[in-house]
Amino acid sequence: MSTMFFTQAIDDALAQAMADDPRIILFGEDVPLLRRNLLVRFGPRRVRGTPISESAFLGAGVAAAMAGLRPVVEMYMVDFLGVCMDALLNHAAKVEAFSGGKWTAPVMVRVPCGGGYGDGGQHEQSLWGWLAHIPGLSIVVPSTPADAGGLLLAALQHDGPVIFLEHKLLSETWLEFLGSGGRRTVQYDVPANGAKGAVPRRWEPLPIGKAMVRRTGSDVTIVSAGVGVHRALQAAEAAEREGISAAVLDLRTISPLDRTTFCEMVAHTGRLLVVDEDYEGFGLSGELGAVALEAGVSFKYARVCTQTTIPYAREREDQALPNVKRICSAIAQLAGEER
Amino acid sequence: MPPDLWSLYALMLKSRLFEEVIAKLWHDGLISGEMHLGTGEEAIIAGVVAQLREGDAMALDHRGSAALLIRGVDPVLILREMLGCPDGLCGGMGGHMHLFSKEHLAASSGIVGAEGPTAAGFAIAAQYSNPGAVAVAFFGDGAMNQGMLMESMNLASVWNLPVLFVCKDDGWAITTQSANMTGGNLNERARGLGIPAVEVDGRDVFAVWAAANAAIERARSGQGPTFLKARCVHFEGHFLGFQLIRIARDPLREMPDIALPLTKSFLRLTGATMRERIAGLKTVMASVLSTLRDPRRDPINDPVPRTRASLQSDPERLRALEDQIEKDVSDVAAYALAEVPS
Repeated sequence: MSTMFFTQAIDDALAQAMADDPRIILFGEDVPLLRRNLLVRFGPRRVRGTPISESAFLGAGVAAAMAGLRPVVEMYMVDFLGVCMDALLNHAAKVEAFSGGKWTAPVMVRVPCGGGYGDGGQHEQSLWGWLAHIPGLSIVVPSTPADAGGLLLAALQHDGPVIFLEHKLLSETWLEFLGSGGRRTVQYDVPANGAKGAVPRRWEPLPIGKAMVRRTGSDVTIVSAGVGVHRALQAAEAAEREGISAAVLDLRTISPLDRTTFCEMVAHTGRLLVVDEDYEGFGLSGELGAVALEAGVSFKYARVCTQTTIPYAREREDQALPNVKRICSAIAQLAGEER
Repeated sequence: MPPDLWSLYALMLKSRLFEEVIAKLWHDGLISGEMHLGTGEEAIIAGVVAQLREGDAMALDHRGSAALLIRGVDPVLILREMLGCPDGLCGGMGGHMHLFSKEHLAASSGIVGAEGPTAAGFAIAAQYSNPGAVAVAFFGDGAMNQGMLMESMNLASVWNLPVLFVCKDDGWAITTQSANMTGGNLNERARGLGIPAVEVDGRDVFAVWAAANAAIERARSGQGPTFLKARCVHFEGHFLGFQLIRIARDPLREMPDIALPLTKSFLRLTGATMRERIAGLKTVMASVLSTLRDPRRDPINDPVPRTRASLQSDPERLRALEDQIEKDVSDVAAYALAEVPS
């Protein structure tokens, strides 16, 4: 075991996969600079820069995958998927169904997401619920370097399209590139255990659709993904001091959802708290409630999500995103008198 | 009416000094996130925006503060927006990439190329309900490869919309040299869509003004859109703290962190042939070298002193003007910073 930073782990797993599988090619805007370490190892035929033409190169990635390659298409930010959503919504997600199951598009879209560094509401969204809404897409949201590398490997071996979301607050390179820009005068609330952690010597794929219990507890089950997992863990520790025992489930993949583990955890505590950096309405938090109800689980429910366009102003941004304080009060409320 | 170089210079200098204040606040950590400045493109912005009037609209990209300032938006409001104050231009909600001024019909976007549809829409409204008004879109050369911008140019062409498409061509698309990513010729691209294309030296405010004047008059009189390509340089690269510029300015500090993993990866056993690897290394080196030799670093490309040079026949007036602008901008900064919460 050694330790790696979050993006370092992703790049390392990607390098391993590229060395093993010549079908993997990588392209996106500024990739020659951003993935320069891969460029000098795998050459410009496999590691390519693109014009600022997301519709073209994402759509092309889908069809290149259909033609037998394993493209990794990099987008600058998940927000920019708005420019080229058609490639995912109407093509990548539909190929398998339209072809009667005979043809798939194993494209991986690697895309930074998330806020917490003051970049404004057009550059800090999460949008995994929006993406997961579409049948045919797998959505992966790792919260640690080890998960990021392992899930990336699984995503590359998966036979359908996978959106691999790389939270910028966990990513040492994205946070430097977009947040600090070489400044030492700014600080962000980076979860240490998510930004750096132990990784295996050789990467093995982690199953897509398998959640991970980060903390056991008997009073409340907190379910989250990405940075929210670390905020939830911090809140759970605080709750422990108040005598409330909170479990934390890290979904790791939004779609497909690990319904089994999730429902077991909720049934165990009888209280579900969803911590979701994505928008509150019509998204993951509501979906989780529905899944548990459908499974016949009886539970109390609360959620801490992003409700509005993310404000640019740092303090208001911290209020808008699920923060530890909001999670703590939701835990307290949920655990309530009857405990 | 010929342009008044004095007033154009005043606008450019005010914009430059104002953005230098922004840069300082960003470096001090009082402004968060990214910061895209318009330093280097003042001649383009001033040469175009100085000709806009009530009812004209602007679709701005992620570096819109200069255009808003020159259009007459209160600089204190812009600065307080960037500081995240509730009394900023957009209530602290937008930040520098998402600046809006409804009264000036000015909308910004951090999505590359989004200026195209926005300008086209403002122009539809102008054509329909306020004939004689125009819409200006400001975007970089990198945006020219974005579908929605090309589609908007076509729409403006077939609907004869009063749009001035201003391409601020600095030769770069973020960290990528545009020449490597752009097929054909941009002027020909516009002409291919039926839009007249004019190319000017974007460091020359008089040339920009003259070209924009003709294009704006054309649009006002119902003769449709024009594509104006103006070459310029961005002294700070894509945004403040831009990695390639940092390498160019302080290679000894920046290079080791880049060179070590690069070398390790280059030497890893599995991977491409040596020939392919060297080709990859050359690509990386080319972007670093082209930054080191970048015209962005040559003061001769700075439009502000270039404009100033033509006003030196009256040094007293020049000094008085510059003193006044410096005082104005420093007053703005002092006022904007007065009650910033810590």
